[in-house]
Amino acid sequence: MTVAGLQALLSHWRRNPWQLFTLIAGLAMATALWSGVQAINAEARASYDRAAQTIGQGQFAQIVRSDGAPLSQVQYVTLRRAGWLVSPLVEGKIDIRGDRFLLTGIEPLTLPDNVDATGALEASDLTGFIAPTGMIIAHPSDASAVEKLGTVVREDASQVPGALTADIGFAQQLLRTAGITRLLVLPDQPIDQPGLASIDPSLTLRRAQSQADVARLTESFHLNLTAFGLLSFAVGIFIVYGAVGLAFEQRRPVFRTLRTLGLPLASLMTMLVLELALFALLAGAIGVALGYLFAAVLLPDVAATLRGLYDAEVTGSLTLRPSWWLSGIAMAFGGTAAAASGAFWRLNRLPLLASTKPRAWAAEAQRTNVRMAGVAAVLGLTAVLIMFFGSGLLAGFALLACFLIAAALALPFALDLMLRMGAGLARQAVPQWFWADTRQQLPGLSMALMALLLAMAANIGVSTMVSSFRLTFVGWLDQRFVAELYVRARTPQEASALTDYLADRIDAALPIISVDARIGGLPAEVFGIRDHATYRDNWKLLYAVPGAWDRLAEGEGVLVNEQLFRRQDLSVGDQLGQDTVLGVYGDYGNPAGQVVMGMAEFRNRYPDAVALRFGLRTGNSEAGELAAELMREFDLSPEAVIDQARIKAVSLQVFERTFLVTAALNILTLSVAGFAILISLLTLATMRLPQMAPVWALGMTRARLARLELVRAVCLAAFTGLVALPLGLGLAWVLLAIVNVQAFGWRLPMYLFPLDYLRLGALTLVAAFLAALWPAGRLARIPPDQLLRVFSNER
Amino acid sequence: MLQVENLAKSYPAADGVLRVLDDVSFEMGQGETLALTGESGSGKSTLLHLIGGLDRPDGGRIIVNGNEMTGLDDRGRAALRRGTVGIVFQQFNLIPSLTVSANIAFQARLSDRLETAWVEHVTDRIGLGDQLEKYPEALSGGQQQRVAIARTLAARPKLVLADEPTGNLDEDNADIVLSLLLQVAAEAGTSVLMVTHSTHLAARLGRRLHLSHGRISA
Repeated sequence: MTVAGLQALLSHWRRNPWQLFTLIAGLAMATALWSGVQAINAEARASYDRAAQTIGQGQFAQIVRSDGAPLSQVQYVTLRRAGWLVSPLVEGKIDIRGDRFLLTGIEPLTLPDNVDATGALEASDLTGFIAPTGMIIAHPSDASAVEKLGTVVREDASQVPGALTADIGFAQQLLRTAGITRLLVLPDQPIDQPGLASIDPSLTLRRAQSQADVARLTESFHLNLTAFGLLSFAVGIFIVYGAVGLAFEQRRPVFRTLRTLGLPLASLMTMLVLELALFALLAGAIGVALGYLFAAVLLPDVAATLRGLYDAEVTGSLTLRPSWWLSGIAMAFGGTAAAASGAFWRLNRLPLLASTKPRAWAAEAQRTNVRMAGVAAVLGLTAVLIMFFGSGLLAGFALLACFLIAAALALPFALDLMLRMGAGLARQAVPQWFWADTRQQLPGLSMALMALLLAMAANIGVSTMVSSFRLTFVGWLDQRFVAELYVRARTPQEASALTDYLADRIDAALPIISVDARIGGLPAEVFGIRDHATYRDNWKLLYAVPGAWDRLAEGEGVLVNEQLFRRQDLSVGDQLGQDTVLGVYGDYGNPAGQVVMGMAEFRNRYPDAVALRFGLRTGNSEAGELAAELMREFDLSPEAVIDQARIKAVSLQVFERTFLVTAALNILTLSVAGFAILISLLTLATMRLPQMAPVWALGMTRARLARLELVRAVCLAAFTGLVALPLGLGLAWVLLAIVNVQAFGWRLPMYLFPLDYLRLGALTLVAAFLAALWPAGRLARIPPDQLLRVFSNER
Repeated sequence: MLQVENLAKSYPAADGVLRVLDDVSFEMGQGETLALTGESGSGKSTLLHLIGGLDRPDGGRIIVNGNEMTGLDDRGRAALRRGTVGIVFQQFNLIPSLTVSANIAFQARLSDRLETAWVEHVTDRIGLGDQLEKYPEALSGGQQQRVAIARTLAARPKLVLADEPTGNLDEDNADIVLSLLLQVAAEAGTSVLMVTHSTHLAARLGRRLHLSHGRISA
């Protein structure tokens, strides 16, 4: 019984391969987008963990070369001789017969005391460790692979899998380099230590960074990615829902026949569950594999984004973890179950003797539309409640979810209303038939249209947010980088000489001076600024007390950046420690808090701080000529004298890279929705012959019917676009006013971009037209005998 | 073979309750053929559905091949349809995604009683030798009904319930289909209870019962 029943059920897919393809492709794409995003998130988090466990990374201040090149042995020795207590590290990837490892070379004798890099070594082993023949410390799971090098391997369970530690000399041999990647700066340094810039200006000191800070700061970015992944998954699941629902509806007569032939309902349900589980397993596996490729393509951009936004490094390459397979396939099962639950519920209630009325499906779909509109109303109300009473990032995402799902559920109802209006306006026979037939087709297309709605709304919402951000950011760059030239001196003496030299040549040399501090438990910078028109005229304060600039110059308070302002839940006039908050300025792209105080007050509090960087207001001098003159006079490198345009260009480049991932996900989601329409139309095309044949028989040509099919697809996409526009703008508002503030700490003004929306609308119509082109073409070429068969079957 | 005792069935209606069957009783012997006639709405199809276990009576008893049907649950009634009772519908109800030959063997396979020689014999009898690997949609209505009859009889049921099996066919095709049904049923020793509007076709069966307003009238 089971074999015969399963064979009958599965034979449906053999006869309807497009539907099977829809189901598998929809589920695979949903799983791919979800598991791809999860893979990226997991890899980034693993990277933070690796960094946290990698020797000294973030835990200590470090010295690196400004140009990113390795340091030389000479530079290291020079620093040691100058009294700097530093320990060299070399890092790189090595390939041991196909297995890649991150190798870190250390100098055990100079390492800081609390770095446990050689934990597995006894004191007696140290000689072996630093011997030229070498010894490698590896995690037990890597030991056998590393032994292929033919060197001594010491297993250490505390070692991070995939990471190896060796003596620096041996590591340099293996990595074929003589350079040093970075120098760890020991916490206790001599008091009379000379400044780094005075010893070697090509070196930069990076301050220690707590990994907990990185994790906290990047969490919101990962949450954003997860939300996008979920949205893409939901769009994919809409396709699955449509495919499963359609397959169940098409097989409804078969289910009845099977039952009348003696197959019990429970057995039928079990077989259908088995059938879907098989598909979920297959699609899940394909989806995870695709997700891996997707993540591999996007990971470099994500790494760039995280570096640009948070200065957080994602160094790892993608690893295929069993947990991704499991979670991806679990999502595929969960998605299939969610998509099929309604179909199973209807099957359970299907009366054995229900007659197969052609309109029954449409009538049931209309009742479903009303029910869905009811659920949409409840979700809409929930969204409003969250908006007024919710707080935090999760509440922001819950609001988004309620808002989007409510709109998607209400769409069939709204489209039905629009089509009814169209039918009401039609006076001639063909338009009347067109609108009525479109309404009848709506149930089969509504899931694809819901997917399109979500994709379009996400596109409008996210692009509005990004474009608003870009406009604000560009405006902010113009405010911030007003000085025509930025110059960096190597030593305090050189800084003094520079300012003396420039005194008669330019309008002003504005010192850029800051010290690191922790405010509210998070890293922050305190800046001192001169009272100058450059700031007063160009810095737009978001909120301020009256006479804020005068009071700042008098040392009566401080300005804070928006991130600190929101994080500390401040108001202007509030006290921040011993200072009064006089105003708030926008500070986009910076995760840390900032405090700005008048120069006199700054000097008073931080007498040791030295200004090495200056913003130069060149006045009548030509910036390019002045830059060349400074480089010549002071032997400065081009990196030490940067003009305003270069700084802005670099900042914009970082910005554009930051949103590459978002743009990629946007395009993918829209493509999935376009695919959903194509597949739905193809599937429906075969079911629609009974509706087409009578119209053809009454005198409408196949070509005209095909043209009407194209018009129908474009009309439905246009109606969906009309709903998507306000939804997308609402989404943008939630993103800008709620989610962004919670995630990044700044609120952006919302701008509208009508031309962009028109372009997206046109793109959607073209996509719908192209999706309908194939089924319409098939209809135009359908042999008349196939249409005639509709009538012969009715005999 | 079949005993129907005091069978009653009602449906809710706009103006109260519609009594479709009222105190219906009759019997059929093994291998007997019985035509059930009556005007539209007289309860013929409802009676057939109750005997086939597709619906439940409000009162009375149905005993098929010694099995009391009234107390059976869904699984029990499904098992009865699988093994003892075969149903032929006016609308053919073939499985569109299976070939003609797979459709013919389907019920026999579903009831785990596939006798290849018998299935081949039944297949020969319907005379669609060149169409066996086609799908039902490629066949005419008469051909599809022959396949439906072959599917039912290939499983060797004790009783065939045929609900206007020739209702969708022209006169010539109707004669061919009915002949096929009666001949193969006779070869298998199967009883046939057939609902029909046609007195001409009813006359070809062994006995005739007339339903009027839910009651046996002759």
